[in-house]
Amino acid sequence: MGTPSLAVWKFTSCDGCQLTLLDCEDELLALAGAVRIARFTEASSTVIQGPYDVSLVEGSVTTPEELTRIQRVREQSKILVTIGACATAGGIQALREFSDIAEYQSLVYASPQHVETLATSTPISAHVPVDYELRGCPIDRRQLLEVLTAFLAGRKPNLPDTSVCTECKRRGLTCVMVADGIPCLGPVTHTGCGALCPAHNRGCFGCFGPMNQPNITALVDQLRACGLDERAIDRAFRTFNATAPEFRR
Amino acid sequence: MEILDRDGLNHLVDSLLATGHRVIGPTVRDSAIVLDELSGGAQLPDGWGVEVAPGSYRLRRREDMAVFAHSAGPQSWKQFVHPARRKLWQTDRDGEYVPAEEDRTPLAFLGVRGCDLAALGILGQVLGDGPRPLVIAANCTEPGGLCFCSSMGTGPAAGPGYDLVLTELLDPHRFLVEVGTPRGARALLPVPRRSARGPEVASARSQVASATGRMGRVMPEVDLRTLLRDSSAAQRWNDVAQRCLTCGNCTMVCPTCFCTSTEDVTDLTGQHAERWQHWVSCFEIDFSHLHGGSVRTSAASRYRQWLTHKLSSWYDQFGSSGCVGCGRCIGWCPVGIDITEEAAALAAERSGSDARA
Ligand code: SF4
Ligand code: SF4
Ligand code: SF4
Ligand code: SF4
Ligand code: SF4
Repeated sequence: MGTPSLAVWKFTSCDGCQLTLLDCEDELLALAGAVRIARFTEASSTVIQGPYDVSLVEGSVTTPEELTRIQRVREQSKILVTIGACATAGGIQALREFSDIAEYQSLVYASPQHVETLATSTPISAHVPVDYELRGCPIDRRQLLEVLTAFLAGRKPNLPDTSVCTECKRRGLTCVMVADGIPCLGPVTHTGCGALCPAHNRGCFGCFGPMNQPNITALVDQLRACGLDERAIDRAFRTFNATAPEFRR
Repeated sequence: MEILDRDGLNHLVDSLLATGHRVIGPTVRDSAIVLDELSGGAQLPDGWGVEVAPGSYRLRRREDMAVFAHSAGPQSWKQFVHPARRKLWQTDRDGEYVPAEEDRTPLAFLGVRGCDLAALGILGQVLGDGPRPLVIAANCTEPGGLCFCSSMGTGPAAGPGYDLVLTELLDPHRFLVEVGTPRGARALLPVPRRSARGPEVASARSQVASATGRMGRVMPEVDLRTLLRDSSAAQRWNDVAQRCLTCGNCTMVCPTCFCTSTEDVTDLTGQHAERWQHWVSCFEIDFSHLHGGSVRTSAASRYRQWLTHKLSSWYDQFGSSGCVGCGRCIGWCPVGIDITEEAAALAAERSGSDARA
């Protein structure tokens, strides 16, 4: 195989996940040697035509234009990896589904009649088949490197789908919910961040979205015991993964 | 039998450090009494205690300056003999298999309670012989609200396997020290101490003996091994599955749970590969992944696996119970699921169905 090509695509998102690629400072040189970065408009305006071996897709689908563009991205990509909460679950902008989108538009834009938008913010997997998903708002740079190095070696990436707690405990952290009574979504949240928030004495707020088969009902009872009222519990789940089916309230 | 005073304990730590040991003991960090490497006896948690309940752990100031009067924290000694994550080996594309270098610094464990000493024995049996740490045990004079070592026969007095054992006495603050092995005797040699007086020994003995009646939890008095063996179809599994988050905290904090998985990592150049091992939990869906998918997909089947392994099939595998009664899984379960309560419920369900039969 010649040098594989990498393309980075943006849908509705903030660019934070793409920037994680630039954040791989120590590895950038090796990365540039291992893959041909054919399309990454955050870093360079030069675009090499597809098809591409690996596409990293950031952002959710929120406009009619994106509905068709994602199909073209898929057609040109051997492996498609969605990166971040927007691309994997709809992101923070999916909160539109809990209110009236027209009202939002009139508040935010001077001339809302020129804005073409959908009433939903949907994950990429709702539109095309996805090979791997990297969760998080933003994604974890070690996980991004894991997917890329695994692709280069022709192996399956290690992307466990269990709780944040497993990493929290492996790091030897003291549980903030048990020892400080701080509400934590770690027991229902997908692992991958290295238990970042508990390491800073904060509860996990679920930015990696639901783990495989979370028991939300049981955690909600515990959040009540931590002193959260119904409104606060709804808010806890309505962040970056608000429309992930398990977190939707 | 001899007596060390509080300074004597610092002396002991210093002389272990001077003889090249990594000394591990309790110390206060992040709202808990954790186990960590000590650089001196002053780091021990003088005057700190804990208040524990299912799913709850609170550090508190004590009225006295006791060092070892606190029950199990968020970690166990397991992490030092069976690390949460470690490299096994590495290789380069044209190179050879290079086993990971192991830290051969001798370990000294200070303040190991009876339950945890038993756990170290069990873990040693599971993992095979490694270098044995020097163990300075602490007889338990103040069990916590989640302790049930007397039900499991592992405490409150530390059983065999220690090099030295301490019993903490207050007013005045001092420690009765007993020697278990020649290695322990050598460690004690440079430390200032005096002979113990009869009443001191008697007081130490009676405080440890009375600890049995001060434990916050008991296991039902049934043969747990057969109870769990015969309870695979119990209704209770569905009940506990409603409450269980399948988060894996209980197995991670358990001092005897040993399960691991390995993963291979490669680098961007494609020239270098490493194999790493890390703890896993039978609550993870991937844990039972065989060809075609996972075997234990329901929460009920995963909770059943954990409890049955701990209390029953462990005997078939290793000749003992896998539970030593430390209470960690109750305290550090975010929703406070209680192994003793679940065992009692299974026992009640069993005797109910026996009565009907
Ligand atoms: S702090 Fe949060 S993530 Fe860590 S063990 Fe506790 S509940 Fe789980
Ligand atoms: S601990 Fe939770 S909120 Fe924090 S980075 Fe990890 S998944 Fe996101
Ligand atoms: S099962 Fe629970 S009480 Fe028993 S040894 Fe493990 S953590 Fe301690
Ligand atoms: S209870 Fe689960 S994690 Fe613990 S040793 Fe048994 S199978 Fe492994
Ligand atoms: S018993 Fe508790 S700690 Fe264990 S997996 Fe269930 S909720 Fe988590």
